[in-house]
Amino acid sequence: MSEHALDITLTINGERIAERVDARKTLVDFLRDDLSLTGNHVGCEHGVCGACTVRVNGAIVRGCLMLAVQCDGATVETIEGLSDAGEIADLQAAFEQRNALQCGYCTPGMLVAAQDLLKRGGVPSREDIRAHLSGNYCRCTGYHAIVDAVQAVAQQRAGKKP
Amino acid sequence: MKPAPFAYAKARTLKEAVALLSKHKDDARLLAGGQSLIATLNMRLSAPELLIDINDIKGLDGIAKKGKAIEIGALARHTQVERSGVIAKHAPLIALAMPHIGHAAIRNRGTFGGSIAFADPAAELPACLLALGAEIEIAGPKGKRKVKADAFFKGLFETALRPQEILTAVRVPAADKNTRVGFAELARRHGDYAMVGLAASARADGKALKDVRLAFFGVGATPVRAKKSESVLANGNIEAAVAALELDPQDDVQATAKVKKHLAGVLLRRVAKQLMEARA
Repeated sequence: MSEHALDITLTINGERIAERVDARKTLVDFLRDDLSLTGNHVGCEHGVCGACTVRVNGAIVRGCLMLAVQCDGATVETIEGLSDAGEIADLQAAFEQRNALQCGYCTPGMLVAAQDLLKRGGVPSREDIRAHLSGNYCRCTGYHAIVDAVQAVAQQRAGKKP
Repeated sequence: MKPAPFAYAKARTLKEAVALLSKHKDDARLLAGGQSLIATLNMRLSAPELLIDINDIKGLDGIAKKGKAIEIGALARHTQVERSGVIAKHAPLIALAMPHIGHAAIRNRGTFGGSIAFADPAAELPACLLALGAEIEIAGPKGKRKVKADAFFKGLFETALRPQEILTAVRVPAADKNTRVGFAELARRHGDYAMVGLAASARADGKALKDVRLAFFGVGATPVRAKKSESVLANGNIEAAVAALELDPQDDVQATAKVKKHLAGVLLRRVAKQLMEARA
């Protein structure tokens, strides 16, 4: 059986949500337009820029390259969830301290992607950080301050002085 | 942009998916990882009437050694292949290529089979399969059939798959002590499609090489073997192998044909050295 709109039930930032969605609606549009979770941004809409990066079942994904209907039964975490839970408070502080953002458009996706690397533990090299964030465009900072911030947080979390 | 409206159906079994494809033919598209498909939908480069989501079909995501081959299920995600101990041990060329495929968030969703079926001429995995002489397993209304990688990639985004068929698995020869592999690509940003890339395999024959297979990508409508250079390289002369390259790339958004030809030579020198190093 095929449908143009489907009922889905999923957990978003710890809250159970049941909604009817158009089959063609992407996850990031569903989050922003239907649930007013506008923290994660829509940039290129074809998987290049990373502004829409969210977590689905614990793994980071492109919110523009996954359909909302595919998230039936899934656990989704947006920048709002990560931020409110305090999971990335240190990372957010480090971004602020080091001017790792200017316009802020890429920042939510950048934080979600950086946290994905950081939660593996250890202190990644600058090359590892750059490789992991290679899918997230920033057109303001030149990346240097972002890499600095991520590395500083990794060192803090590992109990080392930056 | 946003996708044009389409209907969505979840296939729970291979049979169900094949039946839906047989019914809707070219009006339907299979949705696996969606990392290329949804981008083309968003850009309205394609507008199918129906998406058949195959992600819930069980048993299509295994990675296992079966006899002298490594079988990779079509729905195995890139991240799963990248982290697989079986791949690291028995399919070193695939292991070398994985980190170059897209970015972390893309690899978490994108599937091995999807990358092969989509057959982007600048993608890593089609070239790896060509270099390894892989076998591709396909399911259709009349059951399963197998196609060799050399006969699978037919043209620009064109493969041996028929409209009502599904790629179900890929089998590559398991590496042994005489297996030699090499991989290199040049991309503007880590994880982007390559300007030019090269996947290669060979067998050690004393100090020489035999059965050299060089599969270039990003230089034509499909991944292409540099057959003349393969036999020259088997004799151990790298510069002669570079001189024997007969690639005919076109200018594209990444680079001009002239640049691509030059880069192909650069990559062949790098990969030839990898092939000649004994495995630790």
